[in-house]
Amino acid sequence: MEVVQMQRAWVEYTKSLFREGFLDAQFQQLQLLQDESNPDFVAEVVSLFFEDSERLLSDLTFALEQQSVDFKKVDAHVHQLKGSSSSIGAQRVKNDCIAFRSFCEEQNIEGCQRCLQQVKQDYCLVKSKLEALIRLEQQIVAAGGSIPMEELSC
Amino acid sequence: MESCNCIEPQWPAEELLMKYQYISDFFIALAYFSIPLELIYFVKKSAVFPYRWVLVQFGAFIVLCGATHLISLWTFSMHSRTVAVVMTISKVLTAVVSCATALMLVHIIPDLLSVKTRELFLKNKAAELDREMGLIRTQEETGRHVRMLTHEIRSTLDRHTILKTTLVELGRTLVLEECALWMPTRTGLELQLSYTLRQQNPVGYTVPIQLPVINQVFSSNRAMKISPNSPVARIRPFAGKYMPGEVVAVRVPLLHLSNFQINDWPELSTRRYALMVLMLPSDSARQWHVHELELVEVVADQVAVALSHAAILEESMRARDLLMDQNVALDHARREAETAIRARNDFLAVMNHEMRTPMHAIIALSSLLQETELTPEQRLMVETILKSSNLLATLINDVLDLSRLEDGSLQLDLGTFNLHALFREVLNLIKPIASVKKLHVTLNLAPDLPECVVGDEKRLMQTILNVVGNALKFSKEGSISITAFVAKSESLRDSRAPDFFPVPSDDHFYLRVQVKDAGQGVNPQEIPKLFTKFAQTQTLATRNSSGSGLGLAICKRFVNLMEGHIWIESEGLGKGCTVIFIVKLCIPGRSNESKSPFLPKANHGQAGFPGLKVLVLDYNGVSRMVTKGLLVHLGCDVTTVSSIDECLHVVSQEHKVLFMDVCMPDGFEAAVRLHEKFTKHHERPLIVALTGNTDKVTKENCMRVGMDGVILKPVSVDKMRSVLSDLLEHRVLFEAM
Repeated sequence: MEVVQMQRAWVEYTKSLFREGFLDAQFQQLQLLQDESNPDFVAEVVSLFFEDSERLLSDLTFALEQQSVDFKKVDAHVHQLKGSSSSIGAQRVKNDCIAFRSFCEEQNIEGCQRCLQQVKQDYCLVKSKLEALIRLEQQIVAAGGSIPMEELSC
Repeated sequence: MESCNCIEPQWPAEELLMKYQYISDFFIALAYFSIPLELIYFVKKSAVFPYRWVLVQFGAFIVLCGATHLISLWTFSMHSRTVAVVMTISKVLTAVVSCATALMLVHIIPDLLSVKTRELFLKNKAAELDREMGLIRTQEETGRHVRMLTHEIRSTLDRHTILKTTLVELGRTLVLEECALWMPTRTGLELQLSYTLRQQNPVGYTVPIQLPVINQVFSSNRAMKISPNSPVARIRPFAGKYMPGEVVAVRVPLLHLSNFQINDWPELSTRRYALMVLMLPSDSARQWHVHELELVEVVADQVAVALSHAAILEESMRARDLLMDQNVALDHARREAETAIRARNDFLAVMNHEMRTPMHAIIALSSLLQETELTPEQRLMVETILKSSNLLATLINDVLDLSRLEDGSLQLDLGTFNLHALFREVLNLIKPIASVKKLHVTLNLAPDLPECVVGDEKRLMQTILNVVGNALKFSKEGSISITAFVAKSESLRDSRAPDFFPVPSDDHFYLRVQVKDAGQGVNPQEIPKLFTKFAQTQTLATRNSSGSGLGLAICKRFVNLMEGHIWIESEGLGKGCTVIFIVKLCIPGRSNESKSPFLPKANHGQAGFPGLKVLVLDYNGVSRMVTKGLLVHLGCDVTTVSSIDECLHVVSQEHKVLFMDVCMPDGFEAAVRLHEKFTKHHERPLIVALTGNTDKVTKENCMRVGMDGVILKPVSVDKMRSVLSDLLEHRVLFEAM
């Protein structure tokens, strides 16, 4: 594919992600931080996010499977996940975490389980989307082009 | 009857003699037997008898004697050989024992005699000790009384109570009939009976102080016996039958407050004594004992001390009351003054506006009128109006300025200006007037006078203009010279300004300006008055001149504000005068205005913060990375830590800002520990909390632990930039939540 086409595709894809609520303005900020001195910033942050989140999700699954659920621990994990997702701009995940926390306060196991499922779902979605985006970016860069951040603002 | 070989006494013919001997022997024997029994009986009864052995011996001796006599009873008649043998044995034994006893007694009897003398000796000793015991007991009693008396006397600080208590207690302790205190009167020539024990209100008996008996008592600090007939002792009518009791008098030093010196009390510093007279009950055989006299002396001393304390207390109470009154009065005066000042300020504020507005109108309109077509008379009239109103405006300004100066509310407007240019402008301003009056004006600026200086340009100009204007005003002819140079330390010390010790230094210097004219001069005696406001020198010439007399006063205030000094030298009327003033000016560029190490720009949006060392503390890896990315993008030198301990380990004075996520547990504790680690405020990095919580509680908690700022996540690049700018400029940032 041509660079220009790829770039256009990238712009479209990113905009759709914002539109559909997978990502919010925070992700834009991250993208702004990527420059020549820091060319892989976004990719690094995103991969770190994936690692963190997977760990947290498995911890959460384990914690909620216990006979007596330690809600404090669960809350702490969710808090971490919320922090990560909001730092990266994963909006849906963040919102799910907020709901999750309120169920934790109520100590509602079923509610928590449901939220956990929701979070996992949204996480998988946003993960695949971000991975696709990163791949696209890498392709553009490999083809010699640059990522057209400016066009996102229109 | 058979006769035997043994010798046997013939039965004497005198039977009576025999019978008597028989009976006596019997009784002797009886006595001899009973004596030891008695001895044993009594010795057993007594507890101590050291010579039991002797007693036994003695007993044996007596018993044997008795036995001998007893046996001899049988020898009066025919007796058998047995009896004779027994008799012989007993006699032999008796002889032995009696010799032994006799020998023993030689040793014993001296001892026994000496026991007796020792006993006598001990008895005497015991009697003596008894006497001494009695004495000591009396002394101890006395001591106790003294202590008790002292305690009573010293337990109060009221003069009358002290004296009354003294008399009462003394009377009780010593069982006195009467006790009296004579105090010296105001004049010091008489002693007045002030307190007595028995009489409730002693009528004012007085005795002259120069009586010999009184002198005698006053001359020594011992208690002395005086005659009961002396005037001081004849207080009450003599009620007894035989003899009035003995009287003792002692002096009580009255310490005057100002003479109360620790070292020479009580000998030297007092001349006034009171007299205490104590009388024993009449008709008793009592006499004054030594220990009682001593007690009296001690009490007198204590009374003196107690009285002096009471006097001191009275004095201090009086002083305190006086001070309180003065305080009240001062307070009142201060409030009145404040009211007056407020009233004046209000008045001035009103005047300021109210007077200037019409003045302005008058001046403006008159000058406008001047521009129109006017007849010569009209022009003259308008010019007069203009001149008068200008004068009035100047007067108003002067008065208002002066009052502000006196208030101390005037502050110099410091700014950088060109000193040379200022002088030149002054010259330009006065040249027209000078040429009209045909006065020649010269300006001399020293070559080392700096061009650019920092000071209050407007007021300096005002001062110079005023001084030069005065020179012009009071000169009819001749020349006026203005000289300005940098004052050196020697010239700074002036005999006319003895308290003025300016010290030049690197960033400031002292400008000295001299304005000399050849005008009418000033009477040297009037010089001090010149700087007083509204005072005018009342000479013929000056009465025609304008001026309210405020000019120099204002100049003086300005010069003082500029930490300088102004004075006039003149040799007399008609000899011209020189006005000299020295003011302090600063040299720009070398002043120590501190600039903060981070360029404080009023506008936000610094391009970057190159090299700014920042520490980021966040448990969450993603969040940490994002914040780091933000700051790196802005050019900071970022270190990240993921725990409080690591943070405290890594943080140093070089880190200027610490961003901390407070959603993590113990976020606040970290702030506290950081405060502990950096005791000096400027060494500590600024602590900024990053939080996603929008509630007030979080913000308050942050402020409570001493954080310098709180920012809401998410943070955009622009926001971070402006945050850093604000932070570094103001050192605090609390975002509105």
